[in-house]
Amino acid sequence: MADVNILVLADHAEILETIIRLINKNEGWRGTGVAGYDQAEEALKTNKFDLVLLGVGVDDEAEARILRLCESIAPQTVCMRHYGGGSGLLSSEIQHALAQR
Amino acid sequence: MKNNILHKADSRFVADHGWLKSAQTFSFHDHYDPQRIRFGALRVLNDDIVNGGKGFGRHPHDNMEIISIPLEGTLEHQDSMGNVAVINPGEIQAMSAGTGIYHTEFNKDPAESVTFLQIWLYPNKLNVTPRYDQLDYSKGDRHNKFLQILSPEPSDEGVWIQQQAWFHMGEFDKDFETYYSLKQAGNGLYVFVIKGSVTVNGQALEQRDGYGLWPDSDVKIAAADDAQVLLMEVPEEW
Repeated sequence: MADVNILVLADHAEILETIIRLINKNEGWRGTGVAGYDQAEEALKTNKFDLVLLGVGVDDEAEARILRLCESIAPQTVCMRHYGGGSGLLSSEIQHALAQR
Repeated sequence: MKNNILHKADSRFVADHGWLKSAQTFSFHDHYDPQRIRFGALRVLNDDIVNGGKGFGRHPHDNMEIISIPLEGTLEHQDSMGNVAVINPGEIQAMSAGTGIYHTEFNKDPAESVTFLQIWLYPNKLNVTPRYDQLDYSKGDRHNKFLQILSPEPSDEGVWIQQQAWFHMGEFDKDFETYYSLKQAGNGLYVFVIKGSVTVNGQALEQRDGYGLWPDSDVKIAAADDAQVLLMEVPEEW
């Protein structure tokens, strides 16, 4: 079992795939990608995540809905916006978020 | 009052990938330092040297304002919007990654390395249509003055980006003094010394040092030697 489970929500298939691939290159991190609110809700109800990354295509309204969802069913989960699309920010972003727990 | 922050050149994290040597002011890639996350909206300041014939292969970005400033050598840019361009010293390139963009940055010269600044700012608006812009500022007057090379306004001088940020470039003779006034009250100013040495409100800076401050009045910049300076005015929040 991975030490850190990360759910990534992004509305761009190629970028989502890149982010998940980069996450899974790190020992102890496991990424799960979803493409919309309904998929995110399903994933959060059926799995425990340490971190939710909100990526491209998630607007302010969708972000607010996800934050409410996390608060209600997964209050232990850190939710944060991911910038850059699987770029050189990803690893330090995740480490920074985990350090805030 | 927010604290000023000094980033000495030799305190930067240096990533050596063989073909790429990258001196990174802020946390990037595998380098994580909780004290080095950002200065306001300024998230990435990488001082990169790319070997001849090498470069960054096709890779994606989204929701980030990405600025490249070559200092030596030439970079070729290609992106998924169909842009193909060469950028040289004296030019600036800006990309709004928005809803997603793929690009390559390549040093086509087989022999000479290219040195360039890679600067990323958080955007003030998410999921915008991606765009690319490039400007030759080499003929602009920046001798003993600051030339604006980036702004938030398409109609203003320089390239424009999706953030309330302004960049200025200046080249100064030894002992010349000047002042910078913020474009927007409350913003921060990050000073990066490309060449030479300067003092900024009395703080001595050497080549490749960075200094972030939150001024409430004009900032005095004095050249201790002949110097080239990049000013990055950025908001703290957006």
